[in-house]
Amino acid sequence: MTERVTHDVSLSPRQAAAEAGRCLFCYDAPCVKGCPAGVDVPVFVKKVASGNWRGAARVIREANVFGGTCARVCPTEELCEKECSSGLLGGPIPIGALQRLAWERGTAGATAGGARGAVADLGADAGTASSGKRAAIVGAGPAGLSAAWELRSRGWDVTIYEATDKPGGQLDWTIPSYRLPSEVVAAEVGAIVAAGVKLRTGVRVGREAAERLLAENDAVILAAGLGAGRPGGAPGEGRPGVVGAEEFLARARESRARQGGSTCAAGAAGAAGDLAGKRVVVVGGGNTAMDAAVTAAGARATRVTVLYRRTAREMPAWPREYRGALAAGVEFLWLAQPVAFEDAGKVEGGGQGAGAAGGPVTAVRCGRMALGAPDASGRAAPRPVPGSEFTIEADLVVMALGQGPNQEIVEAFGLAADRAGRPMVDPSGRAQVSVRALPAGQASKAKVFVAGDLGSGGATVVRAVAEGKKAARAAAGELPPSAPRGEQGSNGR
Amino acid sequence: MAASLSVVFCGVRFENPFVLAAAPSTDNADMVARGFEAGWAGAILKTTSVESELVSLAYPMMVGLDIDTRRLVALENIDLISERHIDQVEKDVRRLKKEFPKKVVAASIMGAKKEDWEELVRRLEAAGVDLIECSFSCPHGMPEKGMGSAVGQNPELTEKTARWVKDAAKRVPVIIKLTPQIADIAVAAEAVKRSGADGVTAINTLKGLMGVDLDTFVPYPNVGGYSTYGGISGPAIKPVALRCVAEIARKVDIPISATGGVTTWRDAAEFLLLGARTVQVCTEVMRHGFRVIEDMTDGLANYLEDKGFSSVEELIGKALPHIVEHSQLPRDGKVRAHVDPEKCVRCGVCYVACRDGGHQAIEFGADRLARVDEEKCVGCGFCPTTCPVFDCLTLRPASAGKGRAVS
Repeated sequence: MTERVTHDVSLSPRQAAAEAGRCLFCYDAPCVKGCPAGVDVPVFVKKVASGNWRGAARVIREANVFGGTCARVCPTEELCEKECSSGLLGGPIPIGALQRLAWERGTAGATAGGARGAVADLGADAGTASSGKRAAIVGAGPAGLSAAWELRSRGWDVTIYEATDKPGGQLDWTIPSYRLPSEVVAAEVGAIVAAGVKLRTGVRVGREAAERLLAENDAVILAAGLGAGRPGGAPGEGRPGVVGAEEFLARARESRARQGGSTCAAGAAGAAGDLAGKRVVVVGGGNTAMDAAVTAAGARATRVTVLYRRTAREMPAWPREYRGALAAGVEFLWLAQPVAFEDAGKVEGGGQGAGAAGGPVTAVRCGRMALGAPDASGRAAPRPVPGSEFTIEADLVVMALGQGPNQEIVEAFGLAADRAGRPMVDPSGRAQVSVRALPAGQASKAKVFVAGDLGSGGATVVRAVAEGKKAARAAAGELPPSAPRGEQGSNGR
Repeated sequence: MAASLSVVFCGVRFENPFVLAAAPSTDNADMVARGFEAGWAGAILKTTSVESELVSLAYPMMVGLDIDTRRLVALENIDLISERHIDQVEKDVRRLKKEFPKKVVAASIMGAKKEDWEELVRRLEAAGVDLIECSFSCPHGMPEKGMGSAVGQNPELTEKTARWVKDAAKRVPVIIKLTPQIADIAVAAEAVKRSGADGVTAINTLKGLMGVDLDTFVPYPNVGGYSTYGGISGPAIKPVALRCVAEIARKVDIPISATGGVTTWRDAAEFLLLGARTVQVCTEVMRHGFRVIEDMTDGLANYLEDKGFSSVEELIGKALPHIVEHSQLPRDGKVRAHVDPEKCVRCGVCYVACRDGGHQAIEFGADRLARVDEEKCVGCGFCPTTCPVFDCLTLRPASAGKGRAVS
């Protein structure tokens, strides 16, 4: 899961109403199609314009149970705002900023229940009449929780199995807290759990458990996210001081939470001690690499360098994230990739020096790259330039080359997977469970669906939420979706 | 050659048609002097009365109307006449006439009885004013004392009062400021004409109530938990003012000074085309200062030049022949809505508008481009008002074979 944007530009209610007033209120609005969760943007924006904050928050929540979280982290520039018809006129409506304000003001009303109560108050009638159906959900991240909410609101008996000790998944794990404060996540997760979803934390689902879940439930929704970070393959990657971006970001968030800080990522020290005075090299050009680089810069690293084998043009990170990194003082070394991670003794590989992994990293040996003809991704393929090696000093190296799917779950449920290890699903998210996951001759009682990063390989929170919702609807037999809601037809999902 | 902006109104020459209306901006000589220096041709000093007429103001006295990002679409005020003593007003007149002999210095007066009106005329005339405007039109505060619009809404009282003033004035022309709050404003103008007074000013503010505070339930402006009706000015009232000026110009042969929602030279040109000879401005000056005169005169001069007119006089009343009764409108021309596909932003707003507010004549396909069905379109003209892109959705003569040709 990669999340970058934070709508920290706070508009005053009057400014927001003025911006919202520019909304054209399009027929069959393109922004709604740009939103994976199908939030009825024009309807909520018009409510912002009229000062109906509670109504606006309710419209958002109807489509996105993580509306407050997404209001913080959704890359609206790349989604709804990109589609906005006003983009052809004076500029798109700042939908993300309006959503954040709508959420803050729309949930601010309740007092006794605090934020959690206020969020829950907005919800549909979750947990009403029992449907007699049971669902098991593996993974308490946004996809799993979204699916849980949808099924619970249809009267299902829902249990979530979470491997870690608390719900939230990546929301409470790797997304930097300067983007997403824990309180926001806690309120939304809390409201879902409060609706009667059973949550079992610290439970790893293996083969046996999978078998039982398939036999005892009407639906099993797998939303277990991603597994380990992809290795780069250069010698010395196992040295102390070379860490995966996920681990680095998680420790940064944890550390910040302990300090009770709220605005910066000063706690990123967790991964490699205090970053003050340290040189950090981030390997990779995706949004997670940008997060890691900005987090390191915020943790007072002396110098943060992003190493990417192509150029800014081919970099998968969004322009906004790139700009954010530049603004944080991050340096970029284009057309370069690590060929070895060295320690003080210049010992390559493991097995010598201090322990099996070698001594702590002190430098990255890099090779220059040149761009050639487009590869399968459509981007120019980088190839090494012979004899171009050079060395940069590094006290901490953060590997941000992406993560693979959670193989443990793919294997436990015997899911058919593609070459990248991702489970293969139909458009509703339904997966195929191979017979080897079940006792001989026994068919799965449960329909099995995959939602979130486990299937997508790592995408946005809003996409995870949307997939969780879709899987739940498919499980409830509601897909293909019923006719578009309302006469306006602006919600085509 | 640059066109002349000079205009004669009620025998008084104005170097351009732009006049500062009786308002806060003309409540002291220093302000008016700055206005004159900026280029205003004349000023009507804030309304004054006799000493016995006590002015008790209540604050706050103003509140604006916002629409989306646009502030001050309209302004409501519960201001009254000037608090300044008539002695001070006389001093201001003397100073201004001395410093700005070519500018028109007018006084606005309001009295409760014949003797008051006569005294005011005598004193101000003696002080040297070029013109006297009488407010028969203030919609708040004064009517409950039998003044302001209480006079203007009664044609007999209007005629009688105007005659007092006109008879008292030995030297200067007298004009009467009318209220739009009357069934037929031409009737009021006719009453002024009968009185012998020289001209009319149309219109004073519209009586209104700007809004209600949803938390306190007190309407705006909130004066210690209470409110009252006020006078609405600003861009929003321009259509009412234009209509009033046109109605007077078409029915009564009397010079008109127009006011009500003038924000740019374009607005002023519209009033002139409808028969006004001068144009008074208040709200826009209060908002953006005396400096707004620069573009008003510059824009109007360029417009006259572009249109081949040598003076403002040639513009006056040019639109009036185009106004007829509804029954006299031609019925044989046909127009249809037309969408420029190059400009369309594919928002579908016109589609919804025609579907729910018109004749279901706009189609909206998978390509999100609006298309007009000329068989269904009656050319009502609503959809162009909804299009967020200017000049994208327009009315055009119907295609050959679709309806009848435009005459």
